[in-house]
Amino acid sequence: MTDMLAPAPARTRPTGSATRRGAGRRLTAYLGVLPFLAFVTVFLLWPTYIVVTGAFQDDLGRFTLSNIQAVVSGPAYLDSFLVSIGLSLVTAVLGAVFGALLAWAVAEGRPDGLLRRCVVAASGVLAQFGGVMLAFAFLATFGFNGFVTLLLADTLGIDPLSGGGWIYGFAGLAVVYTYFQIPLMLIVFLPALEGLKPQWREASDSLGGSGWAYWRHVGGPILAPGFAGAALLLFANAFSAYATAAALISQGSPLVPLQIRSALTSEVVLGQANVGKALALGMVIVVAVVMTLYALLQRRTSKWLR
Amino acid sequence: MAAVTRTRGSRWVLRWLVLVVVAIYLLLPLLAMVEFSTRGAGGTRSLDAWRGIGEDDDLVGSIVASVELAALTVVGMLVLLVPTMTWVHLRVPAMRRVVEFICLLPLTIPAIVLVVGVAPIYAWVTYLVGDSALTLTFVYVVLVLPYAYRAIDGGLGAIDIVTLSEAARSLGSSWFQVLVRVIIPNIRGALISASVVSIALVLGEFTIASLLNFDTVQVVINLLGKRNAGIAVAVSVAALLFAFVLLVVVAYLEPRRRDAQEDDTTAVPAPQEARS
Repeated sequence: MTDMLAPAPARTRPTGSATRRGAGRRLTAYLGVLPFLAFVTVFLLWPTYIVVTGAFQDDLGRFTLSNIQAVVSGPAYLDSFLVSIGLSLVTAVLGAVFGALLAWAVAEGRPDGLLRRCVVAASGVLAQFGGVMLAFAFLATFGFNGFVTLLLADTLGIDPLSGGGWIYGFAGLAVVYTYFQIPLMLIVFLPALEGLKPQWREASDSLGGSGWAYWRHVGGPILAPGFAGAALLLFANAFSAYATAAALISQGSPLVPLQIRSALTSEVVLGQANVGKALALGMVIVVAVVMTLYALLQRRTSKWLR
Repeated sequence: MAAVTRTRGSRWVLRWLVLVVVAIYLLLPLLAMVEFSTRGAGGTRSLDAWRGIGEDDDLVGSIVASVELAALTVVGMLVLLVPTMTWVHLRVPAMRRVVEFICLLPLTIPAIVLVVGVAPIYAWVTYLVGDSALTLTFVYVVLVLPYAYRAIDGGLGAIDIVTLSEAARSLGSSWFQVLVRVIIPNIRGALISASVVSIALVLGEFTIASLLNFDTVQVVINLLGKRNAGIAVAVSVAALLFAFVLLVVVAYLEPRRRDAQEDDTTAVPAPQEARS
Protein backbone atom coordinates (compact mmCIF):
# COMPACT_ATOMS: atom_id res chain seq x y z
CA MET A 1 0.00 0.00 0.00
CA THR A 2 2.56 2.56 1.10
CA ASP A 3 5.12 1.65 -1.53
CA MET A 4 2.44 2.12 -4.15
CA LEU A 5 1.67 5.59 -2.86
CA ALA A 6 5.32 6.55 -2.88
CA PRO A 7 5.91 7.27 -6.60
CA ALA A 8 2.91 9.59 -6.93
CA PRO A 9 4.35 12.72 -5.20
CA ALA A 10 7.57 12.44 -7.17
CA ARG A 11 5.61 12.67 -10.38
CA THR A 12 3.66 15.78 -9.41
CA ARG A 13 6.51 17.66 -7.74
CA PRO A 14 8.21 19.91 -10.35
CA THR A 15 6.52 23.29 -11.09
CA GLY A 16 3.32 25.11 -10.20
CA SER A 17 1.50 24.43 -13.45
CA ALA A 18 2.54 20.80 -13.29
CA THR A 19 1.04 20.58 -9.83
CA ARG A 20 -2.22 21.99 -11.11
CA ARG A 21 -2.14 19.53 -13.96
CA GLY A 22 -1.39 16.82 -11.39
CA ALA A 23 -4.49 17.76 -9.44
CA GLY A 24 -6.55 17.65 -12.62
CA ARG A 25 -5.11 14.28 -13.50
CA ARG A 26 -5.88 12.99 -10.06
CA LEU A 27 -9.46 14.10 -10.56
CA THR A 28 -9.69 12.26 -13.88
CA ALA A 29 -8.14 9.27 -12.11
CA TYR A 30 -11.10 9.27 -9.72
CA LEU A 31 -13.45 9.43 -12.70
CA GLY A 32 -12.19 5.97 -13.71
CA VAL A 33 -13.95 4.48 -10.70
CA LEU A 34 -17.21 6.19 -11.57
CA PRO A 35 -18.86 3.42 -13.66
CA PHE A 36 -18.27 0.93 -10.84
CA LEU A 37 -19.63 3.31 -8.21
CA ALA A 38 -22.67 4.11 -10.36
CA PHE A 39 -23.48 0.40 -10.77
CA VAL A 40 -23.11 -0.56 -7.12
CA THR A 41 -25.05 2.54 -6.10
CA VAL A 42 -28.06 1.46 -8.12
CA PHE A 43 -27.98 -2.27 -7.40
CA LEU A 44 -26.39 -2.55 -3.96
CA LEU A 45 -26.30 0.71 -1.98
CA TRP A 46 -29.74 1.95 -3.03
CA PRO A 47 -31.47 -1.36 -2.19
CA THR A 48 -29.73 -1.33 1.18
CA TYR A 49 -30.89 2.26 1.69
CA ILE A 50 -34.45 1.25 0.76
CA VAL A 51 -34.41 -1.55 3.36
CA VAL A 52 -32.92 0.57 6.12
CA THR A 53 -35.13 3.63 5.60
CA GLY A 54 -38.20 1.60 4.64
CA ALA A 55 -38.09 -0.11 8.02
CA PHE A 56 -38.83 3.29 9.57
CA GLN A 57 -41.51 4.42 7.13
CA ASP A 58 -45.25 3.87 6.94
CA ASP A 59 -47.17 3.19 3.71
CA LEU A 60 -47.04 6.87 2.77
CA GLY A 61 -43.32 7.27 3.44
CA ARG A 62 -43.70 9.10 6.76
CA PHE A 63 -41.41 8.30 9.65
CA THR A 64 -42.76 5.69 12.05
CA LEU A 65 -41.56 3.11 14.52
CA SER A 66 -44.61 0.90 14.08
CA ASN A 67 -42.80 -1.58 11.78
CA ILE A 68 -40.07 -2.13 14.31
CA GLN A 69 -42.70 -2.35 17.02
CA ALA A 70 -44.63 -4.94 15.03
CA VAL A 71 -41.50 -7.08 14.72
CA VAL A 72 -40.51 -6.76 18.36
CA SER A 73 -43.96 -7.23 19.85
CA GLY A 74 -45.58 -9.51 17.27
CA PRO A 75 -45.16 -13.04 18.67
CA ALA A 76 -44.95 -14.65 15.22
CA TYR A 77 -42.12 -12.36 14.12
CA LEU A 78 -40.20 -12.58 17.37
CA ASP A 79 -40.57 -16.36 17.43
CA SER A 80 -39.24 -16.57 13.90
CA PHE A 81 -36.12 -14.71 15.03
CA LEU A 82 -35.70 -17.04 17.99
CA VAL A 83 -36.16 -20.15 15.83
CA SER A 84 -33.80 -18.79 13.16
CA ILE A 85 -31.13 -17.97 15.72
CA GLY A 86 -31.62 -21.33 17.48
CA LEU A 87 -31.40 -23.24 14.21
CA SER A 88 -28.29 -21.32 13.14
CA LEU A 89 -26.70 -21.92 16.54
CA VAL A 90 -27.38 -25.67 16.57
CA THR A 91 -26.23 -26.22 12.99
CA ALA A 92 -23.19 -23.96 13.43
CA VAL A 93 -22.06 -25.99 16.46
CA LEU A 94 -22.79 -29.37 14.83
CA GLY A 95 -21.20 -28.27 11.56
CA ALA A 96 -18.16 -26.80 13.30
CA VAL A 97 -17.53 -29.89 15.45
CA PHE A 98 -18.00 -32.48 12.72
CA GLY A 99 -16.38 -30.29 10.09
CA ALA A 100 -13.33 -29.77 12.31
CA LEU A 101 -13.12 -33.52 13.00
CA LEU A 102 -13.35 -34.20 9.28
CA ALA A 103 -10.66 -31.59 8.60
CA TRP A 104 -8.43 -33.23 11.20
CA ALA A 105 -9.01 -36.69 9.69
CA VAL A 106 -8.14 -35.33 6.26
CA ALA A 107 -5.11 -33.35 7.46
CA GLU A 108 -3.66 -36.51 9.08
CA GLY A 109 -3.32 -38.05 5.62
CA ARG A 110 -0.83 -37.20 2.91
CA PRO A 111 -1.16 -33.58 1.71
CA ASP A 112 -1.40 -34.58 -1.95
CA GLY A 113 -3.24 -37.86 -1.39
CA LEU A 114 -6.31 -38.93 -3.32
CA LEU A 115 -8.51 -38.86 -0.21
CA ARG A 116 -7.58 -35.26 0.47
CA ARG A 117 -8.19 -34.13 -3.12
CA CYS A 118 -11.56 -35.87 -3.26
CA VAL A 119 -12.79 -34.54 0.09
CA VAL A 120 -11.74 -30.97 -0.70
CA ALA A 121 -13.29 -31.03 -4.18
CA ALA A 122 -16.50 -32.65 -2.90
CA SER A 123 -16.71 -30.12 -0.06
CA GLY A 124 -16.42 -27.29 -2.56
CA VAL A 125 -19.49 -28.62 -4.32
CA LEU A 126 -21.50 -29.65 -1.27
CA ALA A 127 -20.95 -26.35 0.58
CA GLN A 128 -22.57 -24.66 -2.44
CA PHE A 129 -25.22 -27.37 -2.57
CA GLY A 130 -27.76 -25.41 -0.64
CA GLY A 131 -31.04 -24.52 -2.01
CA VAL A 132 -33.78 -26.41 -3.65
CA MET A 133 -31.74 -29.42 -4.66
CA LEU A 134 -30.67 -30.10 -1.08
CA ALA A 135 -34.29 -30.06 0.05
CA PHE A 136 -35.08 -32.66 -2.62
CA ALA A 137 -32.11 -34.76 -1.61
CA PHE A 138 -33.45 -35.04 1.93
CA LEU A 139 -37.02 -35.59 0.80
CA ALA A 140 -35.72 -38.45 -1.34
CA THR A 141 -33.95 -39.81 1.74
CA PHE A 142 -36.23 -39.19 4.71
CA GLY A 143 -39.48 -37.93 3.17
CA PHE A 144 -42.75 -39.86 3.07
CA ASN A 145 -41.53 -41.94 0.12
CA GLY A 146 -37.88 -41.52 0.97
CA PHE A 147 -35.23 -44.19 0.57
CA VAL A 148 -34.50 -44.59 4.29
CA THR A 149 -38.12 -44.27 5.40
CA LEU A 150 -39.21 -47.04 3.02
CA LEU A 151 -36.16 -49.15 3.80
CA LEU A 152 -36.87 -49.06 7.53
CA ALA A 153 -40.56 -49.77 6.99
CA ASP A 154 -39.84 -52.69 4.62
CA THR A 155 -37.01 -54.41 6.42
CA LEU A 156 -37.83 -53.78 10.06
CA GLY A 157 -41.54 -53.27 9.74
CA ILE A 158 -41.24 -50.27 12.00
CA ASP A 159 -41.62 -46.57 11.46
CA PRO A 160 -39.24 -44.85 13.88
CA LEU A 161 -39.18 -41.67 11.81
CA SER A 162 -42.97 -41.21 12.06
CA GLY A 163 -43.45 -41.54 8.34
CA GLY A 164 -41.07 -38.75 7.39
CA GLY A 165 -43.09 -35.88 8.85
CA TRP A 166 -40.21 -34.86 11.09
CA ILE A 167 -38.18 -33.63 8.10
CA TYR A 168 -40.48 -30.58 7.90
CA GLY A 169 -39.86 -29.62 11.54
CA PHE A 170 -36.97 -28.09 13.45
CA ALA A 171 -35.06 -31.38 13.66
CA GLY A 172 -35.42 -31.89 9.92
CA LEU A 173 -34.18 -28.37 9.16
CA ALA A 174 -31.25 -28.89 11.53
CA VAL A 175 -30.23 -32.15 9.78
CA VAL A 176 -30.58 -30.56 6.34
CA TYR A 177 -28.68 -27.37 7.25
CA THR A 178 -25.86 -29.31 8.91
CA TYR A 179 -25.41 -31.01 5.56
CA PHE A 180 -23.99 -27.87 3.96
CA GLN A 181 -22.33 -26.63 7.16
CA ILE A 182 -19.88 -29.55 7.50
CA PRO A 183 -18.28 -29.08 4.04
CA LEU A 184 -18.09 -25.32 4.57
CA MET A 185 -16.33 -25.88 7.89
CA LEU A 186 -13.83 -28.16 6.18
CA ILE A 187 -13.02 -25.50 3.57
CA VAL A 188 -12.64 -22.74 6.15
CA PHE A 189 -10.87 -24.73 8.86
CA LEU A 190 -8.48 -26.95 6.90
CA PRO A 191 -6.00 -24.11 6.19
CA ALA A 192 -5.89 -23.30 9.93
CA LEU A 193 -5.17 -26.95 10.79
CA GLU A 194 -2.43 -27.03 8.19
CA GLY A 195 -0.85 -24.01 9.85
CA LEU A 196 0.01 -26.20 12.86
CA LYS A 197 3.69 -26.93 12.48
CA PRO A 198 4.69 -30.59 12.90
CA GLN A 199 7.63 -29.34 15.00
CA TRP A 200 5.22 -28.24 17.74
CA ARG A 201 3.82 -31.76 17.95
CA GLU A 202 7.33 -33.23 17.97
CA ALA A 203 8.41 -30.83 20.71
CA SER A 204 5.39 -31.79 22.79
CA ASP A 205 5.99 -35.53 22.21
CA SER A 206 9.71 -35.36 23.02
CA LEU A 207 8.92 -33.57 26.29
CA GLY A 208 6.73 -36.54 27.20
CA GLY A 209 3.39 -34.89 26.42
CA SER A 210 0.51 -37.17 25.53
CA GLY A 211 -1.78 -36.57 22.56
CA TRP A 212 -4.29 -35.02 24.94
CA ALA A 213 -1.64 -32.74 26.47
CA TYR A 214 -0.69 -31.53 23.00
CA TRP A 215 -4.24 -30.61 22.05
CA ARG A 216 -4.97 -29.19 25.49
CA HIS A 217 -1.93 -26.91 25.72
CA VAL A 218 -0.65 -26.33 22.17
CA GLY A 219 -2.97 -27.20 19.31
CA GLY A 220 -6.22 -26.25 21.03
CA PRO A 221 -5.28 -22.72 22.13
CA ILE A 222 -3.76 -21.93 18.74
CA LEU A 223 -6.78 -23.17 16.82
CA ALA A 224 -9.43 -21.81 19.22
CA PRO A 225 -9.86 -18.35 17.62
CA GLY A 226 -9.92 -19.89 14.16
CA PHE A 227 -12.47 -22.46 15.26
CA ALA A 228 -14.71 -19.86 16.87
CA GLY A 229 -14.40 -17.61 13.83
CA ALA A 230 -15.34 -20.43 11.49
CA ALA A 231 -18.32 -21.29 13.71
CA LEU A 232 -19.48 -17.67 13.45
CA LEU A 233 -19.20 -17.84 9.68
CA LEU A 234 -21.32 -20.99 9.75
CA PHE A 235 -23.86 -19.22 11.94
CA ALA A 236 -24.17 -16.36 9.44
CA ASN A 237 -24.39 -18.88 6.62
CA ALA A 238 -27.30 -20.74 8.19
CA PHE A 239 -29.01 -17.56 9.32
CA SER A 240 -28.99 -16.12 5.78
CA ALA A 241 -30.07 -19.33 4.07
CA TYR A 242 -33.45 -19.18 2.39
CA ALA A 243 -33.80 -21.56 -0.55
CA THR A 244 -33.62 -24.86 1.34
CA ALA A 245 -36.19 -23.84 3.91
CA ALA A 246 -38.42 -22.32 1.23
CA ALA A 247 -38.39 -25.51 -0.84
CA LEU A 248 -38.94 -27.70 2.21
CA ILE A 249 -41.61 -25.69 3.99
CA SER A 250 -44.39 -24.31 1.83
CA GLN A 251 -46.89 -23.67 4.61
CA GLY A 252 -46.23 -21.64 7.70
CA SER A 253 -43.19 -19.47 8.29
CA PRO A 254 -41.11 -20.60 11.25
CA LEU A 255 -37.95 -18.76 10.08
CA VAL A 256 -37.23 -15.07 9.45
CA PRO A 257 -36.48 -15.53 5.72
CA LEU A 258 -39.81 -17.32 5.34
CA GLN A 259 -41.58 -14.48 7.17
CA ILE A 260 -39.98 -12.11 4.68
CA ARG A 261 -41.24 -14.33 1.86
CA SER A 262 -44.80 -14.13 3.09
CA ALA A 263 -44.43 -10.38 3.62
CA LEU A 264 -43.29 -10.04 0.00
CA THR A 265 -45.69 -12.43 -1.70
CA SER A 266 -48.90 -12.37 0.28
CA GLU A 267 -51.55 -9.72 0.09
CA VAL A 268 -50.27 -6.62 1.84
CA VAL A 269 -52.10 -5.93 5.06
CA LEU A 270 -52.91 -2.24 5.33
CA GLY A 271 -50.25 -0.44 7.31
CA GLN A 272 -47.91 -3.45 7.23
CA ALA A 273 -46.29 -2.89 3.85
CA ASN A 274 -42.90 -2.21 5.38
CA VAL A 275 -42.78 -4.91 8.04
CA GLY A 276 -40.80 -7.03 5.58
CA LYS A 277 -38.16 -4.30 5.52
CA ALA A 278 -38.05 -4.18 9.31
CA LEU A 279 -37.53 -7.97 9.35
CA ALA A 280 -34.81 -7.59 6.72
CA LEU A 281 -33.13 -4.88 8.79
CA GLY A 282 -33.18 -7.22 11.78
CA MET A 283 -31.44 -9.88 9.71
CA VAL A 284 -28.78 -7.41 8.54
CA ILE A 285 -28.09 -6.39 12.13
CA VAL A 286 -27.66 -9.99 13.32
CA VAL A 287 -25.40 -10.89 10.39
CA ALA A 288 -23.38 -7.69 10.73
CA VAL A 289 -22.70 -8.34 14.42
CA VAL A 290 -21.66 -11.93 13.68
CA MET A 291 -19.44 -10.96 10.75
CA THR A 292 -17.73 -8.21 12.77
CA LEU A 293 -16.86 -10.73 15.48
CA TYR A 294 -15.64 -13.03 12.74
CA ALA A 295 -13.35 -10.36 11.31
CA LEU A 296 -11.90 -9.64 14.76
CA LEU A 297 -11.22 -13.33 15.42
CA GLN A 298 -9.78 -13.71 11.93
CA ARG A 299 -7.19 -11.06 12.74
CA ARG A 300 -6.20 -12.96 15.89
CA THR A 301 -5.94 -16.23 13.99
CA SER A 302 -3.64 -14.87 11.33
CA LYS A 303 -1.24 -13.67 14.01
CA TRP A 304 -0.26 -17.25 14.82
CA LEU A 305 -0.81 -19.14 11.61
CA ARG A 306 1.39 -17.74 8.92
CA MET B 1 7.07 -47.83 22.92
CA ALA B 2 3.90 -49.82 23.46
CA ALA B 3 2.13 -46.70 24.64
CA VAL B 4 3.14 -44.86 21.50
CA THR B 5 1.76 -47.61 19.27
CA ARG B 6 -1.41 -47.72 21.30
CA THR B 7 -2.05 -43.96 20.90
CA ARG B 8 -1.19 -44.20 17.22
CA GLY B 9 -3.59 -47.11 16.89
CA SER B 10 -6.44 -45.29 18.62
CA ARG B 11 -5.74 -42.23 16.48
CA TRP B 12 -6.06 -44.41 13.38
CA VAL B 13 -9.33 -45.83 14.62
CA LEU B 14 -10.73 -42.39 15.48
CA ARG B 15 -9.64 -41.00 12.14
CA TRP B 16 -11.37 -43.69 10.13
CA LEU B 17 -14.43 -43.60 12.38
CA VAL B 18 -14.80 -39.87 11.64
CA LEU B 19 -14.25 -40.38 7.92
CA VAL B 20 -16.77 -43.21 7.66
CA VAL B 21 -19.49 -41.55 9.75
CA VAL B 22 -19.24 -38.21 7.92
CA ALA B 23 -19.02 -39.98 4.56
CA ILE B 24 -22.23 -41.90 5.29
CA TYR B 25 -24.01 -38.69 6.29
CA LEU B 26 -22.82 -36.84 3.20
CA LEU B 27 -23.28 -39.66 0.70
CA LEU B 28 -26.58 -41.14 1.89
CA PRO B 29 -28.78 -38.33 0.49
CA LEU B 30 -26.90 -38.51 -2.81
CA LEU B 31 -27.45 -42.26 -3.08
CA ALA B 32 -31.07 -41.77 -2.09
CA MET B 33 -31.46 -39.25 -4.92
CA VAL B 34 -30.10 -41.72 -7.45
CA GLU B 35 -32.37 -44.44 -6.05
CA PHE B 36 -35.39 -42.13 -6.02
CA SER B 37 -34.90 -40.88 -9.57
CA THR B 38 -34.61 -44.40 -10.99
CA ARG B 39 -37.80 -45.80 -9.47
CA GLY B 40 -40.17 -47.45 -11.90
CA ALA B 41 -43.70 -48.73 -11.48
CA GLY B 42 -44.15 -51.66 -9.08
CA GLY B 43 -40.68 -51.78 -7.57
CA THR B 44 -38.77 -51.87 -10.85
CA ARG B 45 -35.92 -49.65 -11.96
CA SER B 46 -36.46 -47.22 -14.80
CA LEU B 47 -34.75 -44.22 -16.36
CA ASP B 48 -38.01 -42.48 -17.29
CA ALA B 49 -37.33 -39.58 -14.94
CA TRP B 50 -33.92 -39.03 -16.55
CA ARG B 51 -35.40 -39.19 -20.04
CA GLY B 52 -38.07 -36.76 -18.88
CA ILE B 53 -35.47 -34.01 -18.41
CA GLY B 54 -35.11 -33.44 -22.14
CA GLU B 55 -38.86 -33.67 -22.79
CA ASP B 56 -39.96 -30.99 -20.37
CA ASP B 57 -39.98 -27.75 -22.36
CA ASP B 58 -40.23 -25.49 -19.31
CA LEU B 59 -37.23 -27.19 -17.78
CA VAL B 60 -35.10 -27.05 -20.94
CA GLY B 61 -36.04 -23.39 -21.42
CA SER B 62 -35.06 -22.55 -17.86
CA ILE B 63 -31.75 -24.39 -18.18
CA VAL B 64 -30.95 -22.36 -21.30
CA ALA B 65 -31.97 -19.15 -19.50
CA SER B 66 -29.79 -19.96 -16.48
CA VAL B 67 -26.76 -20.79 -18.62
CA GLU B 68 -27.17 -17.51 -20.53
CA LEU B 69 -27.58 -15.73 -17.23
CA ALA B 70 -24.37 -17.29 -15.92
CA ALA B 71 -22.47 -16.23 -19.04
CA LEU B 72 -23.83 -12.67 -18.89
CA THR B 73 -23.02 -12.43 -15.18
CA VAL B 74 -19.43 -13.52 -15.81
CA VAL B 75 -19.06 -10.94 -18.58
CA GLY B 76 -20.67 -8.23 -16.46
CA MET B 77 -18.54 -9.09 -13.44
CA LEU B 78 -15.30 -9.04 -15.47
CA VAL B 79 -16.16 -5.81 -17.29
CA LEU B 80 -17.09 -4.13 -14.03
CA LEU B 81 -14.31 -5.39 -11.78
CA VAL B 82 -11.15 -5.90 -13.84
CA PRO B 83 -10.74 -2.37 -15.24
CA THR B 84 -11.90 -0.77 -11.99
CA MET B 85 -9.63 -2.82 -9.74
CA THR B 86 -6.64 -2.39 -12.06
CA TRP B 87 -7.27 1.34 -12.26
CA VAL B 88 -7.59 1.61 -8.48
CA HIS B 89 -4.38 -0.35 -7.96
CA LEU B 90 -2.46 1.85 -10.38
CA ARG B 91 -3.90 5.33 -10.14
CA VAL B 92 -6.14 5.84 -7.09
CA PRO B 93 -4.84 3.60 -4.29
CA ALA B 94 -6.74 5.85 -1.87
CA MET B 95 -9.94 4.27 -3.19
CA ARG B 96 -8.82 0.69 -2.55
CA ARG B 97 -10.40 0.46 0.88
CA VAL B 98 -13.67 1.90 -0.41
CA VAL B 99 -13.86 -0.52 -3.33
CA GLU B 100 -12.98 -3.44 -1.06
CA PHE B 101 -15.63 -2.46 1.46
CA ILE B 102 -18.30 -2.16 -1.22
CA CYS B 103 -17.34 -5.46 -2.83
CA LEU B 104 -17.45 -7.36 0.47
CA LEU B 105 -20.69 -5.68 1.56
CA PRO B 106 -22.97 -8.35 0.01
CA LEU B 107 -21.51 -10.83 2.53
CA THR B 108 -23.40 -9.07 5.32
CA ILE B 109 -26.53 -8.57 3.23
CA PRO B 110 -28.25 -11.94 2.77
CA ALA B 111 -29.90 -12.48 -0.62
CA ILE B 112 -33.31 -12.54 1.05
CA VAL B 113 -32.62 -9.01 2.35
CA LEU B 114 -31.21 -7.78 -0.95
CA VAL B 115 -34.34 -8.93 -2.75
CA VAL B 116 -36.49 -6.80 -0.43
CA GLY B 117 -34.56 -3.68 -1.42
CA VAL B 118 -34.09 -4.62 -5.05
CA ALA B 119 -37.76 -5.41 -5.78
CA PRO B 120 -38.79 -1.75 -6.20
CA ILE B 121 -35.74 -1.15 -8.40
CA TYR B 122 -36.65 -4.10 -10.59
CA ALA B 123 -40.01 -2.49 -11.24
CA TRP B 124 -37.95 0.15 -13.07
CA VAL B 125 -35.61 -2.36 -14.69
CA THR B 126 -38.59 -4.26 -16.09
CA TYR B 127 -40.08 -0.99 -17.31
CA LEU B 128 -36.87 0.16 -19.00
CA VAL B 129 -35.24 -3.06 -20.26
CA GLY B 130 -38.03 -5.62 -20.40
CA ASP B 131 -39.07 -8.52 -18.20
CA SER B 132 -36.68 -11.21 -19.47
CA ALA B 133 -35.04 -13.42 -16.84
CA LEU B 134 -31.73 -12.15 -18.22
CA THR B 135 -32.26 -8.83 -16.41
CA LEU B 136 -31.32 -10.73 -13.26
CA THR B 137 -27.74 -10.24 -14.49
CA PHE B 138 -27.60 -6.86 -12.71
CA VAL B 139 -28.37 -8.18 -9.26
CA TYR B 140 -26.34 -11.37 -9.82
CA VAL B 141 -23.24 -9.29 -10.57
CA VAL B 142 -23.74 -7.73 -7.12
CA LEU B 143 -24.20 -11.18 -5.59
CA VAL B 144 -20.89 -12.52 -6.95
CA LEU B 145 -18.91 -9.34 -6.08
CA PRO B 146 -17.29 -10.60 -2.82
CA TYR B 147 -16.05 -13.89 -4.28
CA ALA B 148 -14.93 -12.39 -7.58
CA TYR B 149 -13.25 -9.48 -5.77
CA ARG B 150 -11.21 -11.80 -3.56
CA ALA B 151 -10.09 -13.94 -6.49
CA ILE B 152 -9.09 -10.97 -8.65
CA ASP B 153 -7.49 -9.11 -5.74
CA GLY B 154 -5.36 -12.20 -5.08
CA GLY B 155 -4.31 -12.23 -8.73
CA LEU B 156 -3.45 -8.53 -8.82
CA GLY B 157 -1.59 -8.75 -5.53
CA ALA B 158 0.62 -11.55 -6.82
CA ILE B 159 2.11 -9.55 -9.72
CA ASP B 160 3.90 -6.24 -9.72
CA ILE B 161 1.36 -4.44 -11.85
CA VAL B 162 2.83 -1.00 -11.20
CA THR B 163 6.18 -1.94 -12.75
CA LEU B 164 4.54 -3.92 -15.54
CA SER B 165 2.17 -1.13 -16.50
CA GLU B 166 4.88 1.56 -16.26
CA ALA B 167 7.07 -0.53 -18.54
CA ALA B 168 4.20 -0.89 -21.01
CA ARG B 169 3.28 2.81 -20.77
CA SER B 170 6.87 3.92 -21.31
CA LEU B 171 6.97 1.80 -24.44
CA GLY B 172 4.00 3.77 -25.69
CA SER B 173 0.99 1.58 -25.06
CA SER B 174 -2.38 3.03 -24.13
CA TRP B 175 -4.20 2.23 -20.89
CA PHE B 176 -6.49 -0.07 -22.85
CA GLN B 177 -3.51 -1.97 -24.22
CA VAL B 178 -2.00 -2.20 -20.74
CA LEU B 179 -5.20 -3.75 -19.50
CA VAL B 180 -5.79 -6.19 -22.35
CA ARG B 181 -2.22 -7.18 -23.22
CA VAL B 182 -0.37 -6.91 -19.91
CA ILE B 183 -2.71 -7.15 -16.92
CA ILE B 184 -5.31 -9.66 -18.11
CA PRO B 185 -2.84 -12.30 -19.38
CA ASN B 186 -1.03 -12.10 -16.05
CA ILE B 187 -4.09 -12.65 -13.90
CA ARG B 188 -5.76 -15.25 -16.11
CA GLY B 189 -5.83 -17.84 -13.31
CA ALA B 190 -7.57 -15.44 -10.95
CA LEU B 191 -10.08 -14.53 -13.65
CA ILE B 192 -10.88 -18.21 -14.23
CA SER B 193 -11.44 -18.72 -10.49
CA ALA B 194 -13.67 -15.65 -10.30
CA SER B 195 -15.68 -16.87 -13.31
CA VAL B 196 -16.14 -20.39 -11.96
CA VAL B 197 -17.40 -19.16 -8.59
CA SER B 198 -19.77 -16.83 -10.40
CA ILE B 199 -21.12 -19.60 -12.64
CA ALA B 200 -21.67 -21.91 -9.65
CA LEU B 201 -23.44 -19.16 -7.74
CA VAL B 202 -25.74 -18.15 -10.60
CA LEU B 203 -26.71 -21.73 -11.50
CA GLY B 204 -27.60 -22.41 -7.86
CA GLU B 205 -29.37 -19.14 -7.09
CA PHE B 206 -33.01 -19.48 -6.05
CA THR B 207 -33.89 -16.75 -3.56
CA ILE B 208 -33.85 -13.67 -5.77
CA ALA B 209 -35.11 -15.34 -8.94
CA SER B 210 -38.07 -16.92 -7.21
CA LEU B 211 -39.14 -13.81 -5.28
CA LEU B 212 -38.81 -11.59 -8.38
CA ASN B 213 -40.79 -14.22 -10.34
CA PHE B 214 -38.24 -15.15 -12.97
CA ASP B 215 -38.09 -18.72 -14.31
CA THR B 216 -34.50 -19.79 -13.77
CA VAL B 217 -33.55 -23.44 -13.49
CA GLN B 218 -33.82 -23.56 -9.68
CA VAL B 219 -37.27 -21.96 -9.70
CA VAL B 220 -38.52 -24.42 -12.30
CA ILE B 221 -36.99 -27.39 -10.44
CA ASN B 222 -38.81 -26.26 -7.31
CA LEU B 223 -42.14 -26.10 -9.14
CA LEU B 224 -41.43 -29.42 -10.84
CA GLY B 225 -40.75 -31.02 -7.47
CA LYS B 226 -44.38 -30.55 -6.55
CA ARG B 227 -45.62 -32.07 -9.82
CA ASN B 228 -43.07 -34.72 -10.78
CA ALA B 229 -40.54 -35.29 -8.02
CA GLY B 230 -38.65 -37.93 -10.05
CA ILE B 231 -37.56 -35.50 -12.77
CA ALA B 232 -36.75 -32.78 -10.24
CA VAL B 233 -34.47 -35.15 -8.33
CA ALA B 234 -32.85 -36.39 -11.55
CA VAL B 235 -32.03 -32.80 -12.60
CA SER B 236 -30.61 -32.13 -9.15
CA VAL B 237 -28.26 -35.10 -9.45
CA ALA B 238 -27.22 -33.97 -12.92
CA ALA B 239 -26.55 -30.42 -11.70
CA LEU B 240 -24.51 -31.73 -8.81
CA LEU B 241 -22.37 -33.91 -11.07
CA PHE B 242 -21.89 -30.94 -13.40
CA ALA B 243 -20.70 -28.74 -10.52
CA PHE B 244 -18.36 -31.46 -9.28
CA VAL B 245 -16.81 -31.95 -12.73
CA LEU B 246 -16.45 -28.18 -13.12
CA LEU B 247 -14.57 -27.86 -9.83
CA VAL B 248 -12.34 -30.87 -10.45
CA VAL B 249 -11.43 -29.57 -13.91
CA VAL B 250 -10.51 -26.19 -12.45
CA ALA B 251 -8.57 -27.79 -9.59
CA TYR B 252 -6.53 -29.74 -12.14
CA LEU B 253 -6.06 -26.73 -14.42
CA GLU B 254 -4.59 -24.53 -11.73
CA PRO B 255 -1.54 -26.52 -10.55
CA ARG B 256 -0.52 -27.41 -14.09
CA ARG B 257 -0.55 -23.78 -15.13
CA ARG B 258 1.54 -22.93 -12.08
CA ASP B 259 4.15 -25.57 -12.91
CA ALA B 260 4.47 -24.22 -16.41
CA GLN B 261 5.26 -20.78 -15.05
CA GLU B 262 7.55 -21.87 -12.28
CA ASP B 263 10.67 -20.32 -13.79
CA ASP B 264 8.73 -17.21 -14.75
CA THR B 265 8.99 -14.21 -12.43
CA THR B 266 5.32 -13.38 -12.96
CA ALA B 267 4.08 -16.72 -11.65
CA VAL B 268 0.58 -16.33 -10.25
CA PRO B 269 -0.34 -18.33 -7.18
CA ALA B 270 -3.88 -19.49 -7.64
CA PRO B 271 -6.23 -18.04 -5.07
CA GLN B 272 -7.52 -20.96 -3.07
CA GLU B 273 -10.32 -19.40 -1.08
CA ALA B 274 -13.43 -17.64 -2.31
CA ARG B 275 -15.42 -20.82 -2.65
CA SER B 276 -17.19 -20.32 0.62
